[in-house]
Amino acid sequence: MTALHLLDPAPDVGGPHQPLLEVRNLTKHFPVRGPLWGAKPVARAVDGVSFAVAKGETLGVVGESGCGKSTTARLLMRLINPDSGTLTFDGEAVGSKLGLSLRDLRRRVQMVFQDSYASLNPRLTIADSLAFAPMVHGVSRRDAMAVAGELLGRVGLAPECFLGRYPHELSGGQRQRVNIARALALRPRLVILDEAVSALDKSVEAQVLTLLLELKKQLDLTYIFISHDLNVVHYIADRVLVMYLGKVAEVGPVEAIYGNPAHPYTRALFSARLSMDPDERTSAAPLQGDPPNPINPPSGCRFRTRCPHATSLCAEREPAPVDLGGGHLVACHLHEVAHG
Amino acid sequence: MSATAAKLPATAGPKPARSPGYWTKVGRRLLRDPVTMGCLAVLLAIVLAAVFADVLAPADPYKASMIRRLKPIGFPNHPLGTDELGRDMLTRLLYGGRMSLVMGIVPVLNALVIGGLLGIVAGFFGGRLNMAIMRTIDVLYAFPSVLLAVAISGALGSGLTNAIVALTIVFVPPLARIAETVTTQVRGMDFVDAARASGAGSLTIIRVHLLPNVLGPVFVYASSLISVSIILASGLSFLGLGVEPPRAEWGLMLNTLRQAIYVQPWVAVLPGALIFLTSICCNLASDGLRTAMEVKL
Amino acid sequence: MFAYILRRILYIVPIALGVTLLVFLLVHIAPGDPLNAVVGPDAPAEVVEQLRRSYGFDRPLPIQYLIYLGNVLSGDLGQSVATGRPVIADLGRALGNTLILSVGAAIVGFSSGILLGALAGWHRGGLVDRLATLLTLIGVSVPHYWLGMVLVIVMAVELNVLPAMGMAPGGATGWAFTGTHLAHAVLPVLTMSVIPMGIVARSVRATVADVLHQEFVQALRAKGLGRGPVLRHVVRNVAPTVVSVLGLQFGYLLGGSILIETVFSWPGTGFLLNEAIFKRDLPLLQGTILMLGLFFVLLNLVVDIAQAALDPRMRRT
Repeated sequence: MTALHLLDPAPDVGGPHQPLLEVRNLTKHFPVRGPLWGAKPVARAVDGVSFAVAKGETLGVVGESGCGKSTTARLLMRLINPDSGTLTFDGEAVGSKLGLSLRDLRRRVQMVFQDSYASLNPRLTIADSLAFAPMVHGVSRRDAMAVAGELLGRVGLAPECFLGRYPHELSGGQRQRVNIARALALRPRLVILDEAVSALDKSVEAQVLTLLLELKKQLDLTYIFISHDLNVVHYIADRVLVMYLGKVAEVGPVEAIYGNPAHPYTRALFSARLSMDPDERTSAAPLQGDPPNPINPPSGCRFRTRCPHATSLCAEREPAPVDLGGGHLVACHLHEVAHG
Repeated sequence: MSATAAKLPATAGPKPARSPGYWTKVGRRLLRDPVTMGCLAVLLAIVLAAVFADVLAPADPYKASMIRRLKPIGFPNHPLGTDELGRDMLTRLLYGGRMSLVMGIVPVLNALVIGGLLGIVAGFFGGRLNMAIMRTIDVLYAFPSVLLAVAISGALGSGLTNAIVALTIVFVPPLARIAETVTTQVRGMDFVDAARASGAGSLTIIRVHLLPNVLGPVFVYASSLISVSIILASGLSFLGLGVEPPRAEWGLMLNTLRQAIYVQPWVAVLPGALIFLTSICCNLASDGLRTAMEVKL
Repeated sequence: MFAYILRRILYIVPIALGVTLLVFLLVHIAPGDPLNAVVGPDAPAEVVEQLRRSYGFDRPLPIQYLIYLGNVLSGDLGQSVATGRPVIADLGRALGNTLILSVGAAIVGFSSGILLGALAGWHRGGLVDRLATLLTLIGVSVPHYWLGMVLVIVMAVELNVLPAMGMAPGGATGWAFTGTHLAHAVLPVLTMSVIPMGIVARSVRATVADVLHQEFVQALRAKGLGRGPVLRHVVRNVAPTVVSVLGLQFGYLLGGSILIETVFSWPGTGFLLNEAIFKRDLPLLQGTILMLGLFFVLLNLVVDIAQAALDPRMRRT
């Protein structure tokens, strides 16, 4: 029995076909400093986001800066409280009296942050940082230290070399491995990776991605992988969710999204990727204008101000998700005509 | 269950299992700084002299002698002269150090605890509580420190305790402010979010994650306030608030010796010279401490 | 910008009210009966009661505060117990005298501080920097009341060049720009200028050194700009912080002049405050502290607005 088994992951409740996580209508508005009188403006960071994550899959989440990806991640972990919306983990509602408490949720969902330096307490040794979570949940200090050593081994860092060190003595890649180890300390079933490899050099990034895939297999994990790097998401994700200005634009299997993007925004995103082929040149900018303000988003479809195919309908009504088959959904009026 | 993931090579050569802790590193850096060590040595000497005044003093601090008034430095039996009532200056300076140092350090310590607590609570919990605490503090900030000290001291009346209370109140706002600023900054860092995400309660997070990162900068700031406090405390005594005669205290001695500047000027300035020396050493030591504690955060 | 100014003004209203509340409470935390200052301890009981009612001390505390606030807003700061004159009259004159010292010390201290700090920051590590740092250290560490005494000893006692105390010969209290008056002002102004010089120099040095290291300065130099134009850019970036420090220091000069005024027997607000404390003249004490406190609050407002005018980044708050 390894020390890691002192904490068991939460048992599977609903079986392989029940989604591990179901998010419905998640909304979060942030109050913004406004004029002294009149209505106080809000930044509508996340506005009615719904999606589901299947057991054992990796859901990639992409979008521009400010589209609400990180806010969504923090809402899922309840680091921020949503204004409205429900969260269901393996069939149990989060936050309700009969469902999962916050403490239970924290045993099941964990997060790996981006900025690998500010994500570790500079005053704690690696061992202390890793042992913190288990000790909070009742594991004795000695056992927690054993857990810490094992976790380090799992992420490819020799325990005897790293347990007694401080974060500033480690390289970026090593710190991120420690972050991953910390996220695994409570044996979660779902791990949210918020731009987890974005700050790393490319070669280190490749190592960490390989590690993540390995761990997923070994520990039966499910991932939500948030990134602005489309290539990385293509490599690691099974399904992809595209966000724009706080709303879900498109969601579907990775090959469908990358091979056949339906939403004009998704198409623009992919056409912005540089190709290794010198004959493939970008002649025109894929997207005009600056991303609009989440404080005052455009009426109807939020993308319409930059969309080359916008119609008057787009200004009047928000598009509802349309099923294009095979789990591929898109929120765009253009596709309503064909399928709706 | 071995990790088949890419194993990072351990850096060449045997490495110690544990790195030196933060305070060990600070201590080592301090030891390598001659200016700071010199100042700390001087301060230690002053403190020890004050503490052991009973042993070191050649005479009784309250023994007056009208024929021996205002004797110059180097007078037989009175190496530093005598004051306006004939009391031995060296003795009075040694005993005076006790009062001045106590009046300088105690208020800062009090304010560190009170202001630090207020600032950390305001910074950690944010929102309305933060606004309530910091706005109240701002009212105290609306006064220049000398004025506030004099006002409170003047209202309460003279005396050692009253002066300490007044000075504590003067130093609470700046310490609360810096504690709040640093706490808010640390609170926003990802490792605090990670701690919350592991289900830890607020008190645990404050104890394990917040305090070690906040106390450092706050403590350094407090150390820079000590010199201000000594000068302000002696200033209060100089004005007649604070310590009452016939007790010895450097600021009070400057006051009573004011008329003596026409007769024995160099004796009259001795107490102030000691305040000056202590103040410079405190400032330099505090600066040295700040430099030594400049670890990447 | 206008919205910013409005926000700042609204912000200081509760602070100013807080100041009045604090000053009001000062009297009531003082040990002993506030009336002891007005009448002696052997006054007959009915007289004391009558006085208590006429001063309003028998009303509940919040009511007393409101009465006090009303008086303040209409310009009535009460009457000095010692002299019987309205507080505001004495205060006005004393304030003028203190301003002479403060403005003088500000001019001397700020200009020398800025010069010293700028030279030190520009030539970081050089001899000028070392010298400036030493002077700065002395400036912030010296107990200014002691320095005043030392200067008096050197200038007045030993060398007999300058007068030792007072604003004019014979203790007169009117100001005029005559030689003797100016001579009397030299020592106090010099003494008071030392601390601001130290603090301003330290701040300017740090800000200049910081700005010079920023990338945009290197970009300017790479563009080929000479020292003059680069200097202009540096000044624009250093200005907001320096203005803030200057404002704060001026406030301290005004509010903290009591020690110097005591040393030099200068008839300013500090001197008045001293007298009020020792004669337990509570209306005078209250009035002086209130005026100085409110002035400081107003000064901070002006400094905030000036900072926002100089630094567009500040307008967001």
